[in-house]
Amino acid sequence: MLEGIDLSLVNWSRAQFALTAMYHWLFVPLTLGLGFIIAIMETIYVRTGIPEWKKTTKFWMKLFGINFAIGVSTGIILEFEFGTNWSNYSWFVGDIFGAPLAIEGIMAFFMESTFIAIMFFGWNKVSKKFHLASTWLTAIGANLSALWILVANSWMQSPVGMHFNPDTARNEMGNFWEVLLSPVAINKFLHTVTSAFVLAAIFVIGISAWFLLRNRHVVFSKKSIKIASIFGLAASIFLAWTGDGSAYQVAQKQPMKLAAMEGLYHGKEGAGIVVVGALNPNKEYNNSDDAMIFKVEVPKALSFLGYRNADAFVPGIADIINGGYTYTDKEGNLQTALSFDEKVKRGKIAIQALADYKKAKDANNDSAAVANKRLLDNNFAYFGYGYLNKPESIIPNVPLTFYSFHIMVALAGWFMVIFAGALFFLWKNKLEKQRLFLRLSFLSIPLAYVASQCGWIVAEVGRQPWVIQDIMPTAAAISRIDTTAVKITFFLFLIVFTALMFAEIGILRKQIRKGPDLEDEPEKAV
Amino acid sequence: MDTTYILLQQYWWVLVSLLGSVLVFLMFVQGGQSLIYTLGKNEEQRTLLVNSLGRKWELTFTTLVTFGGAFFASFPLFYSTSFGGAYWVWMAILFCFVLQAVSYEYRTKPGNALGKKTFEIFLFTNGLLGTILIGTAVGTFFNGAMFTVNKMNITNPENPVISQWATPWHGLEAVLTFHNVALGLAVFFLSRVLANLYFLNSIDNEKLTQSAIKSLKINTPLFLLFFVFFIIRLITKDGFALTPQTGEVFIEKYKYLHNFIQMPIVLIMFLAGLVSVIWGIYVSVLYKKYNNRGIWYSGIGTILAVLSLFLLAGFNNTAYYPSLVDLQSSLTIYNSSSSKFTLSVMSVVSILLPFVIAYIIIAWRAINRRKLTTNELIEDDSLHVY
Ligand code: HDD
Ligand code: HEM
Ligand code: HEM
Repeated sequence: MLEGIDLSLVNWSRAQFALTAMYHWLFVPLTLGLGFIIAIMETIYVRTGIPEWKKTTKFWMKLFGINFAIGVSTGIILEFEFGTNWSNYSWFVGDIFGAPLAIEGIMAFFMESTFIAIMFFGWNKVSKKFHLASTWLTAIGANLSALWILVANSWMQSPVGMHFNPDTARNEMGNFWEVLLSPVAINKFLHTVTSAFVLAAIFVIGISAWFLLRNRHVVFSKKSIKIASIFGLAASIFLAWTGDGSAYQVAQKQPMKLAAMEGLYHGKEGAGIVVVGALNPNKEYNNSDDAMIFKVEVPKALSFLGYRNADAFVPGIADIINGGYTYTDKEGNLQTALSFDEKVKRGKIAIQALADYKKAKDANNDSAAVANKRLLDNNFAYFGYGYLNKPESIIPNVPLTFYSFHIMVALAGWFMVIFAGALFFLWKNKLEKQRLFLRLSFLSIPLAYVASQCGWIVAEVGRQPWVIQDIMPTAAAISRIDTTAVKITFFLFLIVFTALMFAEIGILRKQIRKGPDLEDEPEKAV
Repeated sequence: MDTTYILLQQYWWVLVSLLGSVLVFLMFVQGGQSLIYTLGKNEEQRTLLVNSLGRKWELTFTTLVTFGGAFFASFPLFYSTSFGGAYWVWMAILFCFVLQAVSYEYRTKPGNALGKKTFEIFLFTNGLLGTILIGTAVGTFFNGAMFTVNKMNITNPENPVISQWATPWHGLEAVLTFHNVALGLAVFFLSRVLANLYFLNSIDNEKLTQSAIKSLKINTPLFLLFFVFFIIRLITKDGFALTPQTGEVFIEKYKYLHNFIQMPIVLIMFLAGLVSVIWGIYVSVLYKKYNNRGIWYSGIGTILAVLSLFLLAGFNNTAYYPSLVDLQSSLTIYNSSSSKFTLSVMSVVSILLPFVIAYIIIAWRAINRRKLTTNELIEDDSLHVY
């Protein structure tokens, strides 16, 4: 199926979207987290009146501004790419998907960009309180924009609150609250923003550790580390909790993604979670090779994580393709899973029923229209399968999903060690002396970015081939343009974003080396 | 016919048009970027110009983003047809905005890898291309584009894509119609006019005041030339009309002239807007005492005039995005909108807009209370200088 669609066009469009999204996500989490850290620092300044706190705030604020600019410039591309590269998608689900994007602009982006101006240019122009409020509003605005875009993304992972309208040939929103408050959206939002808080906390600790290693700005650095490690520890506990919530949602809504995350080909009761392991590259879903070359496992953990029951059956990739296992659906009824072939059959019935419905409508044949509408409604849950024909096509990239997931979870543990360690050494009052710890803290900055990117790879690669789970395959979502055009824009973006990223890193380095301007502190080595 | 639905569609067309016209006003930032070297004869003057624009670029940018988001949410078929088809035009527009977003922040920062000059070229590129391309793209609302739409393609598992572009130029063909380009050039020169007025309003520097007034005298006639050409051509050309009962689109002679006559409010808005733009320029050039008010007269005038053009394109049973290859594929505000439910939800959200506008005004006044001077940039160490 989808023979009329050039696969290279699909792949280049995916590559371009992934490129821009991943670049965007390099800059956004720091904005989300640092915004609050700055706001907390400025609050302390306003309440205590100690000028060092103002300087501390302003130093981090400067880094915030540099990072913010490039976040904005990558964001605008993403928004318009839904039109330029995923135009079929934009019509098919735009009725639901567009609304959060518009609300994001009205509610969040204006708030952020208005108050950021006061934050930067208003120090001597507005009262202290007004300025503080602006700093908080900038942070809140940034996090509100995360909310709306994540609502949109969650809806793609688990489409709810909508129905298909055969007259307009698209999905239409039926219940806004279901879209906004779906458990997937809530978990995704909380997990993503807390992950951003963790990243920003690691960033602040890492840079302050660098100052301490050079014996510069000792007081400033310890102040910053204190705020960041309390903030980061609290966030990382929340992060683990919401990560667990996300995995639970994945188990319910996207069992194939869960199977890929764990490299689980053949399902079982009381399935364990792999702590460390390596996948067997020769494994196919329909051969009997072992899935893993080696693994260390926590027994029964996956069953518990996914189904809140240590003995629950977790379907593997082969089970999902072959069907036949039983599971409990949303209403709590026991169901037997359909095989891939059966789903394809139903999907094709749905697509044909839509075509026949339209013909009947044009011929004013009301009874045929009603009959086809019913047929369509009954099979719509599998609509997207009608575009597919090979069982392999519903398996995402297992190694990428598997390793990304495990790296992310392992790093979460590592960051908790950093936060707890920093607090412990601060409490013992010997943080400056822990050179190894300080070095590790500094080296953790890139790891926070790695964890964050891995999370998105799990979420987005793991849901392939669906752009809208079960309703629309990615290949059906594209715009009809030339592959060459997408290739050209891909490389243009690659070049420009990479150049800008290096410019950003260069500027950040210079600003950090310069340090906060605390004249009252003696400067040592540079 | 469901009258609530029709009202909602019209309400959203007005809102999207309003965002579009505010965007054209705020593109004084782009116009200003194209003037940095023309007006700023030395480093000090250029720094003043960049910093006065730098306090506003975010606002323009966010308006563009929100305009896109609101268009997507309320008229998704336009979003998918035009963006997915006229790929090159939209990509070029996006590209020059990407360059802009980092330029202010990075231009003078040490370690910026590309050098100050590069970022200034980025700003100029954005000023030149951003305005001309957006104007040209809006020109296709009146002159049409080469696409077909067939929603039932979704039932073809081999190739389910709904909208197709009929030429391999993917949007570049728009520049072959001079009428489109004339609108682009009019927008460009208007943005330069507005930029000069903004500088008069927000910078306290004798030399710059003189050059801005001089620049006004050059850019105003150029703006008027292209704009008047655009309007004359518009009211004398055939237009794309809609039969509301059947949804059929047909060619009507002097359609846009008829729209002006049949919607006198729009005509009044248009004329009032034009007069207000000219009045703003006039007082600024002739009465030094009032030259900081010009931006408001001309700005409001711009909003009124552009708004009336958008209404001309979409209201009074007109197809706002006509197809030149298949008339019946043309988009109207009725066949391209979101569902009634979605439009209602978003209308509830739109109640927030007055609050948004209110805090934007408060913030603007807080920042622009005093005119920007070189002294301020040097002496106020708490300032974020670009
Ligand atoms: C600092 C980054 C970071 C860290 C340390 C973690 N996460 Fe995470 N994770 C993210 C950053 C992230 C993210 C970038 O924010 C993602 C991408 C999509 C999303 O919803 O959040 C994500 C996605 C994501 C998903 C996929 C959600 C989906 O497909 O919709 C799961 C199941 C988890 N995470 C689970 C965890 C668990 C159990 C963690 C260990 C305690 C964990 N994450 C730590
Ligand atoms: C900023 C964080 C995000 C990152 C790093 C990210 C990453 C990715 C990656 C790696 C892919 C390619 C998957 C593949 O082709 O195998 C992808 C695809 C995609 N993502 Fe995301 N994503 C992010 C957020 C989002 C959000 C918030 C949305 C929607 C609101 C979204 C929508 C899409 C779409 C439409 C595609 C293209 C179709 C596809 O290949 O699935 N992404 N993203
Ligand atoms: C793939 C889908 C996405 C799209 C279409 C998108 C769109 C945009 C746009 C247009 C901007 C510029 C706004 C401005 O003018 O100020 C922006 C910035 C921003 N976006 Fe995204 N975004 C996406 C993913 C995300 C995700 C997943 C998050 C957070 C979880 C996020 C959070 C932000 C934030 C906080 C900003 C402010 C600028 C910055 O942080 O650097 N975005 N985004």
